[in-house]
Amino acid sequence: MEPIISMEYYLIVSSIMFFAGIYGFITRRNLIAILISIELVLTSTDINFAVFNRFLFPHQLEGMFFSLFSIGVSAAETAVAIAIIINIYRNIKNVEVRNIKKLKD
Amino acid sequence: MEYSILILILPLLGFLTLGLAGTRLKGKTAGYVGTALLALAALTAYCTAAQYFNLPRIDGIRPSLRPFNWEWMRFTEHLHIDLGILLDPISVMMLVVITTVSLMVHIYSLGYMEGERGFQRYYAFLGLFTFSMSGLVVATNIFQMYIFWELVGVSSYLLIGFYYTKPEAVAASKKAFIVTRFADLFFLIGILLVSYFTRTFDFGLLCSGDSALFASAMGKTFMGAAVLSWATALIFIGAAGKSAMFPLHIWLPDAMEGPTPVSALIHAATMVVAGVFLVARLFPVYYFFTPEVLHGIAYIAAFTALYAAIVACVQTDIKRVLAFSTISQIGFMLVALGVSGMNGHEGTGYMAAMFHLFTHAMFKALLFLGAGAIIHTVHSNEMSRMGGLRKAMPLTHITFLAACLALAGIPPFSGFFSKDEILSAVFAFSPWMGAGMTFIAALTAFYMFRLYYNIFWGKPAEHEHPLHEAPASMTSPLLFLALISLVAGFLPFGKFVSSNGLEYIIHLDVRIAVGSVVIAIAAIFAARSLYRNGTSAVPDKMAGFFGVFHKAAKNRFYIDEIYQFITHKIIFRCISRPLAWFDRHIIDGFLNGLACITGKGSLAFRWMQTGNLQSYALLMIGGCLLLLFWVLFL
Repeated sequence: MEPIISMEYYLIVSSIMFFAGIYGFITRRNLIAILISIELVLTSTDINFAVFNRFLFPHQLEGMFFSLFSIGVSAAETAVAIAIIINIYRNIKNVEVRNIKKLKD
Repeated sequence: MEYSILILILPLLGFLTLGLAGTRLKGKTAGYVGTALLALAALTAYCTAAQYFNLPRIDGIRPSLRPFNWEWMRFTEHLHIDLGILLDPISVMMLVVITTVSLMVHIYSLGYMEGERGFQRYYAFLGLFTFSMSGLVVATNIFQMYIFWELVGVSSYLLIGFYYTKPEAVAASKKAFIVTRFADLFFLIGILLVSYFTRTFDFGLLCSGDSALFASAMGKTFMGAAVLSWATALIFIGAAGKSAMFPLHIWLPDAMEGPTPVSALIHAATMVVAGVFLVARLFPVYYFFTPEVLHGIAYIAAFTALYAAIVACVQTDIKRVLAFSTISQIGFMLVALGVSGMNGHEGTGYMAAMFHLFTHAMFKALLFLGAGAIIHTVHSNEMSRMGGLRKAMPLTHITFLAACLALAGIPPFSGFFSKDEILSAVFAFSPWMGAGMTFIAALTAFYMFRLYYNIFWGKPAEHEHPLHEAPASMTSPLLFLALISLVAGFLPFGKFVSSNGLEYIIHLDVRIAVGSVVIAIAAIFAARSLYRNGTSAVPDKMAGFFGVFHKAAKNRFYIDEIYQFITHKIIFRCISRPLAWFDRHIIDGFLNGLACITGKGSLAFRWMQTGNLQSYALLMIGGCLLLLFWVLFL
């Protein structure tokens, strides 16, 4: 069965998500927003895995599994990041990224 | 006779226990532990001596035993360093001397060092010294001897600098260490030269007199002298450093900054005679292969004896008089060795040197310990602070007098017998030298009795507190040593020790004996008339008469100043300064330059480290894009 929507559209969406994530990562000031941006980047790669698997190797499942794996990893990473952000909040009472320059000094 | 290893192990054990756990011991416990261990070691040494000298002779010669010989480091077939125990007449005799004097000093120090800070450290160092000195005399090979030789130097350094808060003591310990170490450098070169040609370190082989062993060195010369002469002369420089021969004697008078019992043990009786022992140990090598070096030793030693005796006559510090007297007496021993032959009557010198070493160790230790008792009471080293002490300190007075008589060579004290043997050996070698040595013996009697009358007679100095006799722990070693000084001369020493191992029968040469006694008594009466009342004006007049000479002698003929000049003005200024400049500016400058460039470079890049997470991310993404661009389009 030929898919209705062709591959390019999926890739356009995922590229937009990817660069939106990067743009957000660089420009946002709030750590939570930065974390969300990272999630966008990761999700866009998940879409790419699924799409390439679906269109290029329809009879195999490696891409699907890899995107599942990546979702698991990103969930764990989010948990760690949230924990770090909470600790930062406890220390400096805000989550502004420009206030976190301790490593430089 | 395997048990003889205990003589080494027990003091070492004492050093380790007191050194590691000494601070936990309260009061005088550390001293009692050290003394008990040393008493056991001394007992072992006496057993060893008794058993050894009762062994049957083989072909009339005393056997040389090796209860232990352990191969320590093996490099090649010929080059291996052993550690072992060699028992032969001189090493057994030395063991007895070392343990006896050391035991006396241990007992004496219980009283003398009581309440001192670092009491247990003192006993630990005494143990270390006794261990090293015993190891030195029983060495089976020249390299083992060198190892213990250095250990002895270290323990001497530690004990001279025992009062490490006193700047003079620190300077003296440093001086002693550097001077002896400087001499030991030549000793090491000598050892390497000898062993290079003979392919062995072993004393048994070296002293066998086998010329095949030295065949490879024959005919080789360096700067106009045979290589073998160079080697034995270099070894003698090491011996001269330890035995304070001119011009390497400068450390010994300063070493008197250490505690007085230490001066008795190390700088009078045992360590300073290590050089004599070394020459005696290698005597066959000197005698058979380099007799000219042996004669050189005799001349150097005779000059040293004269020099030290003259200086001793004008010193005012009681311990320094004794120190110069020690130098002079070691000179006597080395003269005797230097003029000695091998067999029969010619071997008198060797026997006499060993005999004098034995008796001198006893009465010189006694003199130092007596001086220590006096200093303990008077709290000063200066003779002017003493005087009229014979009533306050009767025991010290009697024992000190006995030692003075022994040193002056008055019969029946032990010094008479040994000194007479030395004089007869020297007269047999050269009558002129014999006359010179007799004159030095008279000087000896003079300066000893100058010391004696100044301390015990004359008018008493003012003291804040009443003077008192030393405690029993200090007087009992004095009495014991005085007893030995009285009877040791009657030992048939030639039966125990002789140059070729055969029995040697001592016979007094009446002419020399009478002559030396008469001249010694004359010197004693001269000292008595000059110093007995302490009011005579003659000494000052004599000082004025001799003028410059007296002043020079008082300043030890400016030898220290000459050294000072050579080291500071020449070596430091012309060699050390440029080297220091090179080190500071070229070598350090290069490394500092490297560090400076790195520092400046990193400062130049520092602006990149903003500490801002997002700028890092931006840079990283920019980098990724550049790489992508490069991969795709270039």
